[in-house]
This record gives sequence, structure tokens and C-alpha cells, in this order.
Amino acid sequence: MSQNVGTARVKRGMAEMLKGGVIMDVVNVEQAKIAEAAGAVAVMALERVPADIRAQGGVARMSDPDMIEKIKAAVSIPVMAKARIGHFVEAQILQSLGVDYIDESEVLTPTDMENHIDKWNFTIPFVCGATNLGEALRRINEGAAMIRSKGEAGTGDVSNAMTHMRSIGGDIRRLSALREDELYVAAKNMQAPYDLVKEVAQTGKLPVVLFTAGGIATPADAALMMQMGADGVFIGSGIFKSGDPASRAAACVKATTFYDDPKVLADVSRGLGEAMVGINVADLPVAHRLAERGW
Amino acid sequence: MRVGVLALQGDFREHLLALEECGVLASTVRRPSELAAVDALVLPGGESTAIANLARSFDIFEPLKARIASGMPVYGSCAGMILLADRVLDAAVGQETFGGLDITVRRNAFGRQVDSFETDLEFAGITNPPVRAVFIRAPWVESVGATVEVLATYEHAVAVRKGELLATSFHPELTGDNRIHRFFIESVARPALERAAVK
Repeated sequence: MSQNVGTARVKRGMAEMLKGGVIMDVVNVEQAKIAEAAGAVAVMALERVPADIRAQGGVARMSDPDMIEKIKAAVSIPVMAKARIGHFVEAQILQSLGVDYIDESEVLTPTDMENHIDKWNFTIPFVCGATNLGEALRRINEGAAMIRSKGEAGTGDVSNAMTHMRSIGGDIRRLSALREDELYVAAKNMQAPYDLVKEVAQTGKLPVVLFTAGGIATPADAALMMQMGADGVFIGSGIFKSGDPASRAAACVKATTFYDDPKVLADVSRGLGEAMVGINVADLPVAHRLAERGW
Repeated sequence: MRVGVLALQGDFREHLLALEECGVLASTVRRPSELAAVDALVLPGGESTAIANLARSFDIFEPLKARIASGMPVYGSCAGMILLADRVLDAAVGQETFGGLDITVRRNAFGRQVDSFETDLEFAGITNPPVRAVFIRAPWVESVGATVEVLATYEHAVAVRKGELLATSFHPELTGDNRIHRFFIESVARPALERAAVK
């Protein structure tokens, strides 16, 4: 019998399997193994975590294929990798390497100041960042099979992630309250396709899985995002820039599963050593704010 | 009948919905007390390593293993199939399963995500139309014990049953077609629970 690869159902379905889990940024094989042993549902293979990209500056690009392949060989869980916004050739390369998901990410230096990648052209699924519902639906219209709220990567400050989850959730709740004949203008105002706006208004949720990213540094941060309606969390710098990555990784995994049980959260928050040194988003010059990249 | 869905990680909400649409009481299971309250269980899709880890951490691993061994009806899809298998190939270092089903499963056997696919499948007893099967980084059954029945095949066995245990490599919970959940409830779980009640 014939088989179909790369269908929307297969791409979105992959994200469904990650729900309730933690996806961790790793920069080498050793970290990838720690993440897998701690119960990560996937790893994001990259050369520098966002906190280092921020500290070192310069142009941030797709990782070295050698490094990605080593991580693929070292773990049995899915491996994701980042391409620059609009850099469809980096995405083609990552697809040929057989990574499991591509993050078209504002954490890397954007390549195209107007267009994102046409993600329907790929067999591999994409996750994209969003700060509000209109942005999320534009990415889904381009073929994104998973959305993550952006937050402000590499800060350890979860305030922007909170803002973006409130914004996406609030926009969805407002749409659900509109009359059907008001959805046309709603679509115009949020610069999103009418069909997707109508679908969200009817179902009360995004048509794809919604994770949270950007600034999550503690088990409590992860649980907060889950209580705000996230399906799961990405943790970038928060784990391997902390004092005891293995313990913190395991604690964040447990907190994401028992996000609604304060007793468990108290238990897993004990004795984790130092959290990553944070940067207050409010102190960042506007030009250094990654969440504002993407259009 | 109350059917639990192991809700440590994965697409447990889709299974809950499918079970509710089949008319049974469905509830999430994360704690031993919640496991004790259900008559049957679904192990959802997700990451089998993460789910096994969490089950260990929250002391539900052994109770669940014991319930399976004592005859609780269980259905596992994808990661759930791996968790039910007695033997796993290409496992992560130290990876554990609940076991109970006399099969050898190969993890990620159909390949990585670029190889994930959907296809029409002939499933014993469920025909017209065929089952639309969604395989995501899916395992296959490399070999089965003598008394295990193979219900569907795609290159290898992809749906198997032994007594009160049912497992599929694919994800019926993603298609809105509840025939496999119904098969589990009516043809696997209910007869097993009725037999147990007579005893």
C-alpha cells in the first residue's frame, strides 16, 4: 500500500508526542546524554546557547553538521536544530541531515527581513516562535507544525514568556467571544488568514501544539508556563548555564509533568544549586531583544 | 468501566477524548492512587524513555508493572507499545519497560521524523474502510512469542494482541477514527474484566 510522508498530520503529530515534556538546548554529546537521562523528550543541538550568543555577539548561524550528527548518534530521543529566519538553504541542509524538527529561530541572526521560510516545501516539520496570535497564525499559514511563544532567550527572565503566553491565550479567548460576522475584521486586524482565524474561534485553541520558550530557568518557571496553557517547554540556557545541570534538568522534567501540584514542585525545587545568572529583560537595549525579530 | 490514560508525558489528551467518545469513563493517571481507581489503562504516544523515567521517579513504575502482570487490560500506542514490550532493541542506555507483552520491539524502526508517514492498513476485524495509520518515528515488532496474535502488518508486525494486552506501532488517537479504541474496550478489556469478575 502507498505511504505518504511529510503530511500535515505526520508533522503536527510529531509535536503531539512531545507534549507534557521538556526540550533542552545542548551544545555537545555529553550534554545531550545528560538531557536524555534526565527525561528530556528531545534535544536542540546548537553551537552556542542563547546566553552565550548574547554575551559573545556576532552573527549566529546554523550549527556545524558534524556536531549535529554526533548528537544524533549519541541519543535515541528526537534531535532538533535551528535555522535562521528565512534561510531556506540552512533548512534544506538540516533536512538532509535527518534532524527531526527545525526551529526557524529568532535566536539566530535573521536572514530575510520580510519573508520566513516556505515550510510547506519541506518533509521535515518546523517549529516557529510567536509573540501573539496573529504571528502564530502567519507562521502556521507558512507551514509551521508547532508554535512556541518566544519569550526572551538567554536571559533567565521569564517575564516575556509570560507576556507572550498571556497575549496568545488572550487573543484566542477574545476570538472565541466574537460573532461569526466579526471574524473578517478580526483577521484583518491581526494580519492573519481568515480561515485560520475562523478555525481558532471555533475550536478555542491553536491548530498545532503550543510550547513556551525563552527565559525559563527553574522548575517553577516551567510549571508556570504549563499552568498558563503551554503544552510543554523549551529550556535553552537555563539548564547548562546553571550550577548543577543534571539535577536541574530532571527537576524541570518532573515540574512539567506535575505542574499543578505545589507539593511536588516544592520537592523538586530543593537543592538544585545556583540557577543561571539572569539578565532583566527591561535592562536590555531594544536592539538586543531577540523576541522582536520575526514578522 | 473506568479507563485510565497514563498522563506523565505524551498525547494523553487525545486518548482521553477518543475513550470518552467511545462512551467509557476516562481519567488521567499520574499517581499510584489514580492507577488503583481504574479498570483498564492506555499507555499513550510520547517518548518512552521520558515516560519510564517519570514513572520511576513518582513511584508508579512497580505498581503499574504489577497491575499489568495481574491481568489489567492495557492498550499501548507507539511509545506505549515499547513500554508494554518484554524486549526492546535500540533502547537508550538503561531504558526500562513495564513489560508483560511477549514481543521484541525495535525503537524508531521506521526511521527518523523525515521518514514518518501515514498509510491505509488492514487490521484484523476492522475493515471497510481500512484504518488510516499514522506512524511517527514508529517502532515495529521484530518478533512475537508463540501465543501473540498479529493483527496488522506493514513490512513488519505493527499491531499485536495477547489476551488483555493490545499494542499498535501507530497512533489511532490522531485521526478521529475511534475503531481501535472501541476494539480495545469491547473486544479486549470488557471480556477480560467480565472473566475476572466471574472468578
